Amino acid sequence: MTPALAIDGLRVAFDDFVAVEDVSLSVAPGESFGLVGESGSGKSTLLRAVAGLAPVTGGTIAIGGKVLGDRRDKAFYRTVQMVFQDPYGSLHPRQTVDRLLLEPLAIHGFDDTESRIVRALDEVGLGAGFRFRYSHQLSGGQRQRVAIARALILEPSILLLDEPTSALDASVQAEVLNLLEQLRAARGLTFVMVSHDLAVVTHMCDRLMVMQNGRAVEQLTAADLAARRVTQDYTRGLLAASEGFRRTA
Amino acid sequence: MSETAMTRREWLLTDRPQSRLQARLGRAYVAWRRFTANRLAVIGLAIILGLIVLAVFAPVLAPHSPYVGDLANARLMTPGPGHWLGTDDQGRDILSRLIYGSRLTLQVVVLVAVIAAPIGLLVGTVAGYAGGWVDAVLMRITDIFLAFPKLVLALAFVAALGPGIGNAIIAIAITSWPPYARIARAETLTVRNSDYILAVRLMGASPWRIVLRHIMPLCISSLIVRVTLDMAGIILTAAGLGFLGLGAQPPLPEWGAMIASGRRFILDQWWVAAMPGFAILIVSLGFNLLGDGLRDALDPRGSGQ
Repeated sequence: MTPALAIDGLRVAFDDFVAVEDVSLSVAPGESFGLVGESGSGKSTLLRAVAGLAPVTGGTIAIGGKVLGDRRDKAFYRTVQMVFQDPYGSLHPRQTVDRLLLEPLAIHGFDDTESRIVRALDEVGLGAGFRFRYSHQLSGGQRQRVAIARALILEPSILLLDEPTSALDASVQAEVLNLLEQLRAARGLTFVMVSHDLAVVTHMCDRLMVMQNGRAVEQLTAADLAARRVTQDYTRGLLAASEGFRRTA
Repeated sequence: MSETAMTRREWLLTDRPQSRLQARLGRAYVAWRRFTANRLAVIGLAIILGLIVLAVFAPVLAPHSPYVGDLANARLMTPGPGHWLGTDDQGRDILSRLIYGSRLTLQVVVLVAVIAAPIGLLVGTVAGYAGGWVDAVLMRITDIFLAFPKLVLALAFVAALGPGIGNAIIAIAITSWPPYARIARAETLTVRNSDYILAVRLMGASPWRIVLRHIMPLCISSLIVRVTLDMAGIILTAAGLGFLGLGAQPPLPEWGAMIASGRRFILDQWWVAAMPGFAILIVSLGFNLLGDGLRDALDPRGSGQ
């Protein structure tokens, strides 16, 4: 089966700074893949490179077996969408929810915009009452739901999630994660999810890759991680750190 | 309470608008309330509205003809009944000339704003969003225009194009867009890499669509404020050109030209030059107060929550 997303020897460099070096991975359709690492490990940059927001200086990215060029076409944007980390920064401050959701439909020339907007809001658990609000009239969780609705309104098959819950508080975090999980099951979406929270990744993802300093450390399954079957010291360190401070009684 | 019991105010301020129109009106109403909270700004708005009323109803409001005076009996009369602001050296009623002159002032201000602001907005946002050599070329052109003193450049243009109110407007417009380009570029640079613009890029939007529909609306409010504050300067430049004989030509009752013609009698018949001077002062003040109020009302940073 052709992988939904295949990355081979990817290198991303900003002038002299190399953010991602020689990373390869492959995600099967319908799979949920996690990228884990500390801040600055290049996991978000990897995601942005796939979306076409970071300069690829080496290696290839293939979506559904088709290798991407430097310019992304409209078909790409209908296949791959992204949800950003900060819901306070990812919604246009002067646009209503309605306008935000209308924009992708207008760009891609959809006709039944009215019903699609209503359905998209419904799917993410926001009623029609939210449709004409401005983003400053929404809470963080509601904003992230709008961002998810916007990403899904073009009916992509691959969703890139850049720490979608790290800016939200714990209870809202769980709500949004459950929503994402539910949408993935309903639509058969492929997820590539960046997180520094191992608990979130083990909950959400089938497989994951640990990154450090722009390089891949190792790839594991969620079961491996849960059972502590790790081979690299760095991953062990991450696991220990994620358990947090433990009182030695 | 039922839906019908909702007052108009509640309808405007609801956090669950039912339609695009209601959302937009609600937003406008909030801005209007912030604007009216500033007394001085309301005074500024009243002055500008007064100017517009004067200009529109000039033939009704002016007691005498602005062009034909009584040379035999009414030269350089002091302000008083009959001629409330006195008469000039050709026996023309100064009040009537000021009232008709408001049309020219308004024409200059509106046309300059309509020509200069969009040019500046377009140049600035395109330069800021495109970056690279497009940015370099556009901003160096802007720098060249900025390097000339405004009035001197306007003088050069009028000298080349020939004197007249139309050419004065073009000259002022050509010299006043560069600051708008700078402002628009600075605003664009702060938002171009924000997630919400990246998100639109990820929708597959073309650069033009992003600039026109997503970046420009964010620059417009600071631009409106700046243009309003500049209007006083525009009026003064137009008056300056008129004073130098390069703007409106006689017998047009342009305020700057009126001051110029009153200069000869400034010691003995001060009102001939002083009255148009007061008019310029009041209108400039009005635009400045309005601009300050708009800044408070429209500033996106102040309207966050």
